[in-house]
Amino acid sequence: MINKGIILKIDWLTVFIYLLLVLFGWVNIYSSVYNEEHKSIFDISQRYGKQLLWIIIAFAIIIFIFLTDSYIISSLSYFIYGITILMLILVFFLGEATHGSHSWFKIGDFKIQPAEFAKFALALAVSKYMNKENFELMDLRNFATVTAFILLPFLLILLQGDAGSALVFIVFILVLYREGLPFMFLFILFLTIIFFILPFKFELYGIFLFFTAISILFFLLISKKYKETLKIFLIFIGINLIGIAVLLFNVAEIPFHLIISVSTIIASIIAIFYSLKKRINSALIIAVILISSVFYVYSVDFLFDKLGSHQQKRILVFLDIIQDTKEAGYNINQSKIAIGSGGLTGKGFLKGTQTKYNFVPEQETDYIYCTVGEEWGFVGSVSVILIFTLLIFRIVFLAEKQRSTFGRIYGYSTAAILFFHYGINIAMTINLAPSIGIPLPFFSYGGSSLIAFTILLFIFLKIDTSRNEIL
Amino acid sequence: MEIKKIILSFIVLFTALSYIVKLYSIQIVESKYKLSADNNAHRYVTQYPARGTIFDRNGEMLVFNQNVYDLKVIPKRLSAFDTLKLCELTGISKSKLIDILNIKQSRYKTITILKQIPSEQYAVLQEYLYRFPDFYIETRSVRVYPKPIAAHLLGYIGEVNEKGLEQDKYYRMGDFTGITGIEKSYEKELRGKKGVKIYLVDVHNSIQGKYKNGKYDTVAIAGHNLISSIDAKLQEYGEQLMQNKLGGIVAIEPATGEILSFVSSPSYDPNLFVGRKLSKNYNKVANREYRPLYNRALKSQQPPGSTFKPVAALIAMQEGVIDANTVMNVNGYNTGTHIVNDHISGAVNLQMSIQYSSNAYYCHVLKRTLNDEKFNSIDEAYSNWKQHLHSFGLGVKLGTDIAYESKGLIYPASYFDKYYGKGHWNHNTIISLSIGQGELGFTTLQLANMTATIANKGYFITPHIIKKITGKKIDPKYKHKRYTKIKEEHFYPIIDAMEKVVYAGTARRAFIPHISICGKTGTAQNPHGDDHSIFIAFAPKYRPKIAIAVYIENGGYGSTWAAPIASLMIEKYLTDSVTRHKLETKILEGDLISDKK
Repeated sequence: MINKGIILKIDWLTVFIYLLLVLFGWVNIYSSVYNEEHKSIFDISQRYGKQLLWIIIAFAIIIFIFLTDSYIISSLSYFIYGITILMLILVFFLGEATHGSHSWFKIGDFKIQPAEFAKFALALAVSKYMNKENFELMDLRNFATVTAFILLPFLLILLQGDAGSALVFIVFILVLYREGLPFMFLFILFLTIIFFILPFKFELYGIFLFFTAISILFFLLISKKYKETLKIFLIFIGINLIGIAVLLFNVAEIPFHLIISVSTIIASIIAIFYSLKKRINSALIIAVILISSVFYVYSVDFLFDKLGSHQQKRILVFLDIIQDTKEAGYNINQSKIAIGSGGLTGKGFLKGTQTKYNFVPEQETDYIYCTVGEEWGFVGSVSVILIFTLLIFRIVFLAEKQRSTFGRIYGYSTAAILFFHYGINIAMTINLAPSIGIPLPFFSYGGSSLIAFTILLFIFLKIDTSRNEIL
Repeated sequence: MEIKKIILSFIVLFTALSYIVKLYSIQIVESKYKLSADNNAHRYVTQYPARGTIFDRNGEMLVFNQNVYDLKVIPKRLSAFDTLKLCELTGISKSKLIDILNIKQSRYKTITILKQIPSEQYAVLQEYLYRFPDFYIETRSVRVYPKPIAAHLLGYIGEVNEKGLEQDKYYRMGDFTGITGIEKSYEKELRGKKGVKIYLVDVHNSIQGKYKNGKYDTVAIAGHNLISSIDAKLQEYGEQLMQNKLGGIVAIEPATGEILSFVSSPSYDPNLFVGRKLSKNYNKVANREYRPLYNRALKSQQPPGSTFKPVAALIAMQEGVIDANTVMNVNGYNTGTHIVNDHISGAVNLQMSIQYSSNAYYCHVLKRTLNDEKFNSIDEAYSNWKQHLHSFGLGVKLGTDIAYESKGLIYPASYFDKYYGKGHWNHNTIISLSIGQGELGFTTLQLANMTATIANKGYFITPHIIKKITGKKIDPKYKHKRYTKIKEEHFYPIIDAMEKVVYAGTARRAFIPHISICGKTGTAQNPHGDDHSIFIAFAPKYRPKIAIAVYIENGGYGSTWAAPIASLMIEKYLTDSVTRHKLETKILEGDLISDKK
């Protein structure tokens, strides 16, 4: 039961931030879909009225969460995860298809998206699994299990055709990093993204030359073997010269990037042998990464072809390779116009012309940040970023205070999921990321997302009230 | 552990910071997004003012605006409607209506179902419009000419061209502007001032409301109404008389310079050039025989023939080379190379020279004028003579308010110097000028103005066609008297002689009982065909009310066609009726175009 004790233990700062986001979100939804004929923000026939309904339901759920026992939550973790996975499977057969993805259950007038609930379910399951004494993440079995936990919903959601929601699970890498995953994994993820983008913008041989140069430099710094480094470097140059000679004398038609990449690979292989012999592990890793990079870069085209055509277009628009303000680039262009036209203090509540006249599609859901940008200007937009940043830091701060590993990992998961969502959502509205359709937490219109994020956050706050207990 | 926290914090903070930088750049630094948003959301709808109405001198409308109605619809907004009734009301067949509605374009784009519905049909349609709530009416106005007269004068309006767009920033593509006639010369007065309504529009470009409640909207201001000096009845009569004849009639009120009638024949029905009909009809009309679009009375420069003689006499009197009593013994005039024929011979005085139109008399007049001892050379004498003509408005642009007037033709002395060599020409070389032939060309307007100058005994007021502009003063130059250098006293004998021309001279056919008409016939030789028939006249002799010039191309003697036409016009204007029906019928039936073929 809620008693004075628990009320004192609740982190009211987080609750306050939550309320701030939810209410500001609601006001912006009102503005986004404002209808002259239904001026009341409470009008249930309009989306703002419906959102209020969701907010009330969310509040009820909050009370319910505070009423349950943290221990019960902890012990139901796998069950909840299981149910969610089941729902994700069922949605294939019973779901409604919208926007090309098969990810909604329709119950009467309401639609529920199980993918939204998969996030906190996964957070619970991962936290539960890792909540063991002396849990060693890098133990192969443990690592495999955790990876499986993450991959299962990821793949199911991907199969539903909702790539955006699926990508969210990548963010668990940050949680795992906190729990012992080597930095190398973050670095590889980073390289994966970089190498995906670079071939669109630069010539292949340039990319190879640049990274080979950097790798040789690192190799030199780490191994401190000047002679050997010089040898490898000379081999690299030598093979290049042969290749260039072949080109010059018209013996064969070889693309220039192929000469560079082949010499890079050969030089790397030599470096690997050398590293193995001398037992310089870090140098070995550099060489391996370099080789993988070369192959990866060559496969980007292939990977890109695997994407759906509208996903391809969104990426090309983001990379500014196609300038299309009519179709694929329409959203992002209008979104930028909406935000950019806000100026310092915005056009004022209900005064946004982009917003009011529906220039930005899906503005009350995925593009709600446009309304903030247009009507509340730089001041409003930056405030939202700062509030989210504050919320994330607050959750991390609380997570670190948990006595139980379960609480800590769950806290980090909560922070990571919110970070990814807010980060990607805002990034896509200002064209810092390709258009990935995921909602802005607590802000965007939609019951599933509001309730799922509320549950995610308040389970953590509930756990936090018993932070001194071992769950 | 600490390093991990720092890296994680860095990731979160770096993200936030890069977003803030990006926001700063698009929201604060760049202004293009603001402009794009405005362009997205504002629609400027021009409010077109009503173009000014033009009245005749008696308040009769010459041209006014009539509203026509376009029935429009946005297909996307269209719900089921009574197709049959709409077809009945608009007179469009059902299959055509379906074709119109299914036109291949954005469903959000307005479609015009029926264009320029006249007001009578609209009145019926309006009653039932409530049953078609998805359709709406857009009002436009077109020019309407109650009588098909004065086409050349009134001119027409059409879409402004690229040059017009460049020259005057008032215009936008698709705006209408005066192309010719009054519509052109009074464009600035007639057009009024456009207003603008600013609307907010949504992504489909449909109107959502007024921008700032219409705070920045401006109202269209209607154009000024013009009161023309034209007498519609006289104009209509003149056009009737000129049917099947080439040429022009210009009648001026001498005391004011107001143009009473301005006929150029052939003409066309101005209603042919209204609205959309312009593009359809323009080429058809322009390519008709004898180019009806060409304003002959304003632009065609023709030799004045003997109508020039009164002015030649006046100049000679002013220069003192002849006087009212100068008598000459004439029997043709020998230039040395050929003889100028004459209608009379023997002793001819000034009055007779005009009354019977003596050619030889005026050859001598020119000889005396050009060999005047006051001047050092023939060049000087000729230039002085030319200056006199200019003071009558001949050979210069009068500055009338009808656009595109011609200057007329009087060559400068230097032309003859160049053509014949300096010192190698004399009065005999250019003797034909003395009788209004050769290197002289005046417009009918100039001839009418010359006549008005004689009627005024020495001055004229720039002939003009607009006597009043509501809410605005007319150009003061249309009040200003322009004097010739001829003393008033010299005019009396000339005017007396001109009276005799009609009473007992070459133009007895122009005689009207009880009205004293002073006139002068002219017959201009035309190397391309029959002579041109010319007549100038003013009446009554005392306090003249009308000065008129009639130029009938290929009409033969001045007395045959031009004189009776002028006479009928004078009678019509002064008495408001015509009593000489026989003469009238003969003129009306006279066909100088078909007869030639």
